[in-house]
Amino acid sequence: MINMNLRKLTLQAYLEALPALVLSSLGGIIAGLILGSMTNELQSIPGLLVLIPALLAIRGNVYGSLGARISTGLHQGFIEPRISFSDQRVNAAVIASFLNALFAAAIGATFAYFLLTLSAEPVVPLQILLSIALIAGILSGTVLITAVISVIFTAYRNGLNPDTIVGPLVATIGDIFGLSFLLIAVRIIMGGG
Amino acid sequence: MLPILAALTSLEIAMGLVLSSFQSTLFYYPSLLILVPVIIGTAGSLGSTLSARLSTAFHLGLLEFRYDNHHLIGNILSTIALSITIFPLIGIATWAIATWAFEPILSPFQILSITTLSGLLISIFTVIVALVTTYGSYRLKLDPDDVVIPIVTNLSDVFGIFVFLAIVLLLL
Repeated sequence: MINMNLRKLTLQAYLEALPALVLSSLGGIIAGLILGSMTNELQSIPGLLVLIPALLAIRGNVYGSLGARISTGLHQGFIEPRISFSDQRVNAAVIASFLNALFAAAIGATFAYFLLTLSAEPVVPLQILLSIALIAGILSGTVLITAVISVIFTAYRNGLNPDTIVGPLVATIGDIFGLSFLLIAVRIIMGGG
Repeated sequence: MLPILAALTSLEIAMGLVLSSFQSTLFYYPSLLILVPVIIGTAGSLGSTLSARLSTAFHLGLLEFRYDNHHLIGNILSTIALSITIFPLIGIATWAIATWAFEPILSPFQILSITTLSGLLISIFTVIVALVTTYGSYRLKLDPDDVVIPIVTNLSDVFGIFVFLAIVLLLL
């Protein structure tokens, strides 16, 4: 009887988590394919590879928490599931998360630059690393904010719990857009590469 | 939010430095470069799922730190089972994609052992960190929702990359 209960709980936890995990791994593999085809850019811009884990993690931390915040607001009835630019609560959360992400990207680029300089490793000038990180952050932030808000509102209006969707959504599309826009930012800064 | 974000970003930069010290290996085997975001993402997802479930069980009063608590043991077992399921699949998919997109330098067996072994160690680490952090936030009377998920997600993906690189070093 006791083991039956444990087996049931384990199986339930397993089955509930599996689809989202498969989806986010697929997203990761697509992101990996983009990273794998960036070897030229990574080799010609020393310091870029150091930034990649930070740039990917920032999106999860910042926009995952934006999603959780909006979804909690919906559940509590403070936020209406409609896209309108007059909702102060949503506007404040969106602007704060966007600025947080850019701040973290700037910190990351600066930190990477100084650590590499201190350890006498090759690194591109600080303004190049900063510009790439900020342009990628602005582009992917815009897309992620739009995606997170529209998916949460659509899910909520259709009776789904946004809490179970936000995490995997950010994990899946965050890395793909993050790395694609990083590639675009590199092309913009390095002039067509 | 800002100080935590700055601390987490510095942690990720430290990981980036370790990653870039392997750059010649990573550039030589593009399939390993494919695995970098996958390992980071999957380790983080595994960690955030487990912590979200532990937090909910904790809020509902179902979680006790006892070896016969089914919510505790069930969530630990499901995390390990999930990792044993997903990481070999990642290995096969990565091998297939790498063979299509790049030179097939690594054998399917090499990729499969790298992902499976990394996955197993990552899930064990994730379980330990999630339990310690959930227990700590319970003792310190902090809301596990605010504390556990960011800590576990970031530590799991940093550890994920360390384990991945260590196994690459060991097997290649």
